[in-house]
Amino acid sequence: MARRDFSASRIPGFATVAILVFCALYAPIVILVAYSFNVGDSIAIWEGFSFRWYPIAWNNEQVREVTMRSLTVATIAALIATTVATLAALGTTRRRKTRGQTFIYLMINQPLMVPEIVTAVALLIFFASIKVATGYQGLAYLIAAHTAFCIPFAYLPIRARLEGMDTTLETAAADLYATHWQTFRFVTLPLLMPGIIAGLMLAFVTSLDDVVITLFVKSAGQDTLPTYMLAKIRRSVSAEVNAISTLLLLLTVVLLTAFFLLTRKRE
Amino acid sequence: MPADAVIEARAARKVFRTGQQTVVALNDVSIAIRKGEFFTLLGPSGCGKTTLLRLIAGFETPSSGQILLNGNDITDAPPNLRPVNTVFQSYALFPHLTVRQNVGFGLQMQGVAASEITDKVKRALSLVRLEDLADRKPQQLSGGQQQRVALARALAPSPEVLLLDEPLSALDLKLRKEMQSELKRLQHELGITFIFVTHDQEEALTMSDRIGVMSKGSLLQIGAPREIYNHPVNRFVADFIGETNLIPAEVRNAKATIVRNVSIPVDPASPEGAHTLAVRPEHVRIVPVSGDVPLTAKVGESVYFGTDSHIQLLLADGTEIIARHQNEATGGEVPPPGTEVGVAFAPGAVQVLED
Repeated sequence: MARRDFSASRIPGFATVAILVFCALYAPIVILVAYSFNVGDSIAIWEGFSFRWYPIAWNNEQVREVTMRSLTVATIAALIATTVATLAALGTTRRRKTRGQTFIYLMINQPLMVPEIVTAVALLIFFASIKVATGYQGLAYLIAAHTAFCIPFAYLPIRARLEGMDTTLETAAADLYATHWQTFRFVTLPLLMPGIIAGLMLAFVTSLDDVVITLFVKSAGQDTLPTYMLAKIRRSVSAEVNAISTLLLLLTVVLLTAFFLLTRKRE
Repeated sequence: MPADAVIEARAARKVFRTGQQTVVALNDVSIAIRKGEFFTLLGPSGCGKTTLLRLIAGFETPSSGQILLNGNDITDAPPNLRPVNTVFQSYALFPHLTVRQNVGFGLQMQGVAASEITDKVKRALSLVRLEDLADRKPQQLSGGQQQRVALARALAPSPEVLLLDEPLSALDLKLRKEMQSELKRLQHELGITFIFVTHDQEEALTMSDRIGVMSKGSLLQIGAPREIYNHPVNRFVADFIGETNLIPAEVRNAKATIVRNVSIPVDPASPEGAHTLAVRPEHVRIVPVSGDVPLTAKVGESVYFGTDSHIQLLLADGTEIIARHQNEATGGEVPPPGTEVGVAFAPGAVQVLED
C-alpha cells in the first residue's frame, strides 16, 4: 500500500466533532437571526415571518441615540488605539532587540490578561476622582477607556505584519537615498496597510460590543448599544433586540468582507 | 592612498556581540578598490565578505577603522547619503510598486524632476532589456527578470560604485552564465566600479579584474584572477580557488624533496624548510617510467568528467595526487589501476606555500 501523508480527517469521529463544533458556534446565531423575523412578540415561539421588528427598532428614538453613541465611541477609540498600536509595533519590531522585549509585549497586551472586571472597577474609581475634581461628565471617559482596551487588539495584527515583513526592503530603500521618514512613508507604511486596517477593524468591533467596562465607566444617560440592549432585555423580552443584533452582525460581516477584498486586491 | 582608489577600507574591523559571544566578522581589513574595476570579494560563507560590503554600503558601521570614498571619510555617513547602490541577494524589490516605480525609486528619493526620472528609468530598463515589463509587479516576474529589475534599480541613479551581494546565487546554471556575461557587458558599457561578492570561485575567475580572497574575517590575497590561480599565497587560497594537489615537502637550495631522495626544482625565491607544495591537477603529467623521471606513482581510481578525466596517483609514501587528463576523441589513454607510471610537473607549476 502506498504511504500517504497524515490527514486529520481520517481520525475516527473527525466529522462528528467538526459538525458539533460548528453547531455550537452558529446554531444560537441562526436562531437569533430567525426570530428577528418573527411576527409575534415572543423570542421562543415562532408565529410567522415578518419584517415588523426592523422598522420598530429603527423608529425607536433611544435605539438611534445609543447606536450613534456606540459608533462615535468605537470610531474615535479605534482610530486612536490603532495609531498608538502602530507606533508601539514599530517601536517593538524596528529597533535593536533588548532584554526586556517580552516584558514590553506583556505590558502592551495587559488588557488581554487582566480580568475585564478588575479594569472596570479600577477605571470607575480612577475616573470618579477625576469627575469630582473637574466636574466634567462627558463622553471622553468612555472613549479613553475603550481606547485603552482596544490597543492590544490593534497591536497584534500590526506587529504580526511588521515581523513578517522583509527588513531588507527597508535597507534597500535607505540604499536608494530614502531618509528614515521616506522609508517609512513609501515602503513600510504601504506594506503595513493590511495590518493597520485589520487592527482598526478589530479595535472597532471590540469597542462596539463592550459591556462590562462601559457599564462601570459611563455616566448617567450614556448608554451604548450593548448596555441599552442589556437593560431592555432585563425589563421585557422583545424581538426588537434580535433585530438590532442581526443588524450588528450584518455590519461585522460587511466589514470583514471589505477587509478581505481590500487585502486580496493588494497582494 | 592610491590615487585611483574609489573605495578604500583602512583597518576596517567589525565585531558582533550576541549575548556572551563576540564574533570578529572582519579583522582589520585594508583594501583599495580602483575606479572602474570589476572587483570580487571571494570566500566561503562566514568569511566576512558580506560584512565588508555592508560597511561600504553603510548598512553597518565598523567597530574601528575607516571607509573612504574618493578619499573622503564616509565611515559614519548613512546609506542614503552614499553614492553607492546595492543589488541584494534576495533582490529586495518593493512588492507594492511596479517595475517602473521600483527602478525610479532612487531617483524619486533624490528629488529628481519627473521628466528626468522617466528618461533615466527608460534607459535603465533598456540596459537590462526589460522595457516591455515596466508595468508589471515584481511577483509577476521570473527570478531572472527580478534580478534584472534589481540591477536596473541600482543602476538608475548612476552610482559611483555598484555593490552586488551574491546576486546570481538564486539562479539556475544556464541563467547564471547568461547573467555573468550580461554583468560584464554592463560594467564595460557604464564604466561603473563593481564590487561583487561571491563564494563561487569560477564566477570570480571569469568575471573579475581583480579578486580579494577572504577567510575568517581576513583578506588573504588580492590579485588578478591569473595571479591568484597561479600564485596562491597560502594553502587556503590554493585549495579554495580551483583544485589543487597539496604535497608536503622539505625545501632547500631551490629544491623540494618530496619522497625519499626524490627532489624537484622550485623557484629559488621560495621559503626554505618544511612546506607544502601546490600543483594544479592539469599541470601533473603522466609519463612512461624512465631514468629521466625521478618521481613514480601507482595509478589508482580514475573519474570520467566528459571533457577530461581525473586520475588518482599514489606516491611511494602514500601521498595522493590527482592528475587531470584531457580526454581525446580516440579515448582509451587512461592507464589502468595498478600501473606503475612516471610523474612529471609542468615547468613553473610547483608553488611553495608559506603555510
